[in-house]
Amino acid sequence: MTTSIKQLPDIEQVLSGNGACGGCPATMALRIVGKALGSNAIMLLTPSCSVASMGMTPKLGYNWPGINICFATAGSSASGITHAVEIMKEKGRLQGELPTVFSWVGDGGTYDIGFQALSAAAERNDNMIHFCYNNEAYSNTGVQRSGATPRGSFTTTTPTGKRQPKKNMALLMLEHNIPYVATATVAYPGDLYDKVVKAKNIPGMKYIEILAPCYLGWQFDMPETVQLSRMAVKSGAWLLWEAENRKISFNKPSSLIISGKKDADPVNEYVMKQGRFNRLLKGPDAESRIAEIQSDIDREIAFMRERAKITI
Amino acid sequence: MKAAQVIMDTGAHAAALAVKSARVDVVPGYPITPQTSIMEAVAAMVENGELNARFIPVEGEHSAMAAAVAASAAGARVFTATSANGLLYMHEVLHMASGGRLPVVMCNVNRGIFAPWTLWADHQDSFAQRDTGWIQYHCSSNQEVFNTILQAFRVAEQINIPIMVNFDGFAISHCLMPLTLPPQEDIDRFLPPHEPKWRLDPAHPSSFSNVTNAAEYAPFRQMLSDDIMASIPLVKQAAQEYKDITGMWDGDTIDTYLLEDAEVVAFAVNSMAAELRLSIDILREQGIKAGLLRPRLYLPFPAEDIINALPQNAQVMVLDRNYNFGHPGGILASELKSVLFGRRNDITVKNRVMGIGGIDLPRRFMAAEIRAMMDE
Repeated sequence: MTTSIKQLPDIEQVLSGNGACGGCPATMALRIVGKALGSNAIMLLTPSCSVASMGMTPKLGYNWPGINICFATAGSSASGITHAVEIMKEKGRLQGELPTVFSWVGDGGTYDIGFQALSAAAERNDNMIHFCYNNEAYSNTGVQRSGATPRGSFTTTTPTGKRQPKKNMALLMLEHNIPYVATATVAYPGDLYDKVVKAKNIPGMKYIEILAPCYLGWQFDMPETVQLSRMAVKSGAWLLWEAENRKISFNKPSSLIISGKKDADPVNEYVMKQGRFNRLLKGPDAESRIAEIQSDIDREIAFMRERAKITI
Repeated sequence: MKAAQVIMDTGAHAAALAVKSARVDVVPGYPITPQTSIMEAVAAMVENGELNARFIPVEGEHSAMAAAVAASAAGARVFTATSANGLLYMHEVLHMASGGRLPVVMCNVNRGIFAPWTLWADHQDSFAQRDTGWIQYHCSSNQEVFNTILQAFRVAEQINIPIMVNFDGFAISHCLMPLTLPPQEDIDRFLPPHEPKWRLDPAHPSSFSNVTNAAEYAPFRQMLSDDIMASIPLVKQAAQEYKDITGMWDGDTIDTYLLEDAEVVAFAVNSMAAELRLSIDILREQGIKAGLLRPRLYLPFPAEDIINALPQNAQVMVLDRNYNFGHPGGILASELKSVLFGRRNDITVKNRVMGIGGIDLPRRFMAAEIRAMMDE
């Protein structure tokens, strides 16, 4: 059974007062992650919204030791810390339970500039959790395209809508044969919580990607973050799944879409709700470009359904 | 009490033995010629249990330095090594190591920079990192490489500044020379276990290298600048205490040869400075009062020691194995002139660039060059 929101522990690792936008999905997600991780953890951050909103030196809005690192280095930096604490414990210089080493990184630091170091850390199966809070653009620098930006989305560097589909980063991480991969989003906090608890107790490399609808980048009303997150899942634009030891299973409600028990909502309503897409509707090729978005979603659903059947 | 052991060894393997003697905790590494043999030797020591450490086989030098910096922030004693383009690839993270005040020690095995490719030694790679806030030693023998790595850990951890130990590719890294290994208990006495002044600790949550206001950023930079200058006495102290314990001496901030009465002073770093001693002998045989001043420390540039050591009215022949682009000649000459200006107006500085991309620098060639420079 998925943990309900009422059952989440009281512990708060995101402290009161930080610089995040109202309705920020990254902060919301981090709050749930903190409830699952507890306080015995070391946090790594690459340049992103969560750095911009954490407070100024020496303060920190998150109740962990948090190290800011070079943008491209989440994978390798977390490797350095995890090996350091393990060897120091072996040598008797650290006492008590080993802390969880986790990176809290955006889609830029994961899909793009951080991809190489992350891939290598995954291939080494170093002991860490890499969280990607994915707002599908470089929101911190004012919304430029990333490898996670879906086709059709407007950003300041795709002023007529992005022409290429996004990559399936979680699946790429799975193909590194790591022990745990999961996707989540803020509308399903119990699902996210359970996945983090699971990841915390598995040794080796864990990857958890959290879809983070950003009102500024996606252009919707600030209070609608959770609603957009839910719409993304119900339309199949975001699939909730996890893979333990390389075996994929889907989580509700994505599992119902994959199994065919429930149809995905047509993408139109989800698209219309967001300024980043609905400008497409004003163009002469509106119909074909919306169809492209739908076809990308349909293709991912079909592909992941088939990929999940491979259990070797 | 155990006696020192004398073996024949390469500079690269001497470096690996120093890493082992320093009881390093974490070594992230990525191969690049001519540094590769250090990484291979360390990886083997970790694998066969000779060294109780973690070797992290990262996917590139940017990640090697990132892992080194992060492991250091977690409180570990950390070593890595690189050369040439590997060092350049680290550049951004070198700044994080110094700005973050993390006492990482790294060997850079000097090699010329791409493009075009060369595998062989010159000093463009390390000198190009001048402004990264690292302390830089340059070594002229296999023994000095071993000794300096141990001294570097001590100084780095005292003052929380990373240190780069440079030596030439092939001439030092791959050539066998006698190497004296002091007993481990002597090394342990010289270099006790690392006790970080601060580390990432869940019991004390705080931010590290977070965003600063200008009012906070500026003092951080000023402290780094001040502390780099303040490392000079620590470098001297480490050299002296290492000598007291092991009996070995490579100079402290500078190393000199027949300098006291010299009228002509050769000024150079690394393996060419070792060869230059033989050039000085040749010149002395020719009746020229020649001597050598080798900065062992390139950064901080040991200005006072150089100013005090140079004999009156000496002609200083700076032999640069690098280019100072935008200026005629090399970088060492420019550094030297800047410290002499207004302080030692009796000194004449002359400069030649030589040995680029590993061009051999035999003693007779350098003696002849110095002779020719005297007539310029």
